[in-house]
Amino acid sequence: MSDYILETKDMSKEFRGFLAVKSVNLKVQRGHIHGLIGPNGAGKSTFFNLVTRFHPVSSGKIFYDGRDVTHEKPAALARAGMVRSFQISAVFPHMTLRENVRVALQRHSDMAYSFWTGSSKLKEFDDKALDLLDQVGLLQYADTMTVELAYGRKRALELATTLALEPKLMLLDEPTQGMGHEDVGRITELIKKFSAGRTIIMVEHNLNVVSRLCDRITVLQRGAILTEGNYEEVSSDPRVREAYMGGASHAA
Amino acid sequence: MNRNVLIGLVAILLVAPFFLYPVFLMKVLCFALFACAFNLLLGYTGLLSFGHAAFFGASAYVTGHAAKEWGLPFELAVLTGALTAALLGAAVARLAIRRQGIYFAMVTLALAQMVYFFFLQARFTGGENGLQGVPRGYFLGVVDLNDNMALYYVVAAIFLAGYLGVARVVNSPFGQILKAVRENEPRAISLGYDTDRVKQTAFILSAGLAGLAGGVKAIVFQLASLTDAHWHQSGEVVLMTLLGGVGTLLGPVVGATVVVTLQNRLSEGALNAYVPVVLGAIFVVCVLAFRRGVVGEALAFLKRGKE
Ligand SMILES: Nc1ncnc2c1ncn2[C@@H]1O[C@H](COP(=O)(O)OP(=O)(O)O)[C@@H](O)[C@H]1O
Ligand SMILES: [Mg+2]
Repeated sequence: MSDYILETKDMSKEFRGFLAVKSVNLKVQRGHIHGLIGPNGAGKSTFFNLVTRFHPVSSGKIFYDGRDVTHEKPAALARAGMVRSFQISAVFPHMTLRENVRVALQRHSDMAYSFWTGSSKLKEFDDKALDLLDQVGLLQYADTMTVELAYGRKRALELATTLALEPKLMLLDEPTQGMGHEDVGRITELIKKFSAGRTIIMVEHNLNVVSRLCDRITVLQRGAILTEGNYEEVSSDPRVREAYMGGASHAA
Repeated sequence: MNRNVLIGLVAILLVAPFFLYPVFLMKVLCFALFACAFNLLLGYTGLLSFGHAAFFGASAYVTGHAAKEWGLPFELAVLTGALTAALLGAAVARLAIRRQGIYFAMVTLALAQMVYFFFLQARFTGGENGLQGVPRGYFLGVVDLNDNMALYYVVAAIFLAGYLGVARVVNSPFGQILKAVRENEPRAISLGYDTDRVKQTAFILSAGLAGLAGGVKAIVFQLASLTDAHWHQSGEVVLMTLLGGVGTLLGPVVGATVVVTLQNRLSEGALNAYVPVVLGAIFVVCVLAFRRGVVGEALAFLKRGKE
């Protein structure tokens, strides 16, 4: 088993002549929380879209868990344990919070696709679903329609749904964005707790969160890797400071 | 609540033929089943098919042909029709399922038009005259279905089975995935669901059920005609579903009842030529004033009352 759970080789993505990701070689070590930072438009979300196969690469290769997945189907990759969240909150609005989490939990069961199993069977997942909702602080909203939730809470629900799948490799795209101070703290702790025994790649603008969580950090700028290292190395790099001052939102 | 709705529905089905003409009621039930099938797709999967008449009509022809030419008994004839519709549904789904939104609707419409022209040209359909004189036969070999009352109760039972079947699918684990696809397909994919396969399965179920409705209709009226497969019919089922309340179990039943009743009333008088205009006007009012449809608005009202 290789030390690296994910590896991209010269991965590029072109959108109508515009190179959004330029020949990126990135290795993510098993068990790490790997941060992906960089100004807006640097290509972080596109990187996620590529490695999760939501967008086809223009060139290059992707290896996950030791095999070439460059042409894998996105749902198959998810079943193989690579689960992503989205930058814009991805929930099922006209389902309750409980149902949102349950639909993830049922995926592992043998009745996932069964259309002739009664609704009572779904109750089997309730304990787990409520526990997850509790962990992200949403237990009291279990039977609320998700559409009625504030944005930050939708993000928390999305995280609970992602955790429900117990992914090997979890990709989080700005998980704390839009959350209040308290929630950011809670989610940071939760990610930390959940990272045991798995690998996480996270895009995050809040450098506090990055410094507390990430074992290793890759800085992207205009689609290419600017530098890579731990928080001290990266944050003391003058090029990184400049890239950040030049572009994006940041928190201290 | 749901139990009460079901008891009410069964009670109405039982007593209705003592007050209303059974053939009219059977027409309502056939279209109600058709709309339930359509709603499984639009309401619970978020797919707008604009070609559902193809399945309804195909099954009507095949059922009629099977009963008349092959001499199949009622049950087998209808089953053959419904299976044919499901197979046709599988073929259409293969070609259409990757298209999104309005493109999906357009592909289904185009394919349904091809099916229509096939029926127009084919010999066994009787062209413009339709396939007439379909024998009703016997239910389980004993009950004479030429008796309208007997046929009514058989049709009511088939309708109820279809309705409950949709309810079961919608509430099953698979039904949860359908809703997830309707609500946010990329997210459903990222949870590991093969959404193309999910949509395809829903489409085939829906087409088969629409076929069941079409087959029964051919037996009731002893006729399968081009009207059954015409795009007007595809439009009407959209109207019924939206009018009654898309994504509610009872909505399509209510919608179909309203539309069929209106059609019957209006076609008796001098207003016959205006049926499409009236239906169109209702549609506009419905879309503007009750976006959730009759049942959808009623449910929302009840929910507000509780809070
Ligand atoms: N689907 C797309 N079509 C065209 N251009 C895109 C698409 N997705 C992203 N881009 C472009 O690629 C660049 C990188 O975007 P993105 O990956 O979202 O950046 P980040 O997440 O780092 O803020 C941006 O300039 C963006 O406009
Ligand atoms: Mg982004």
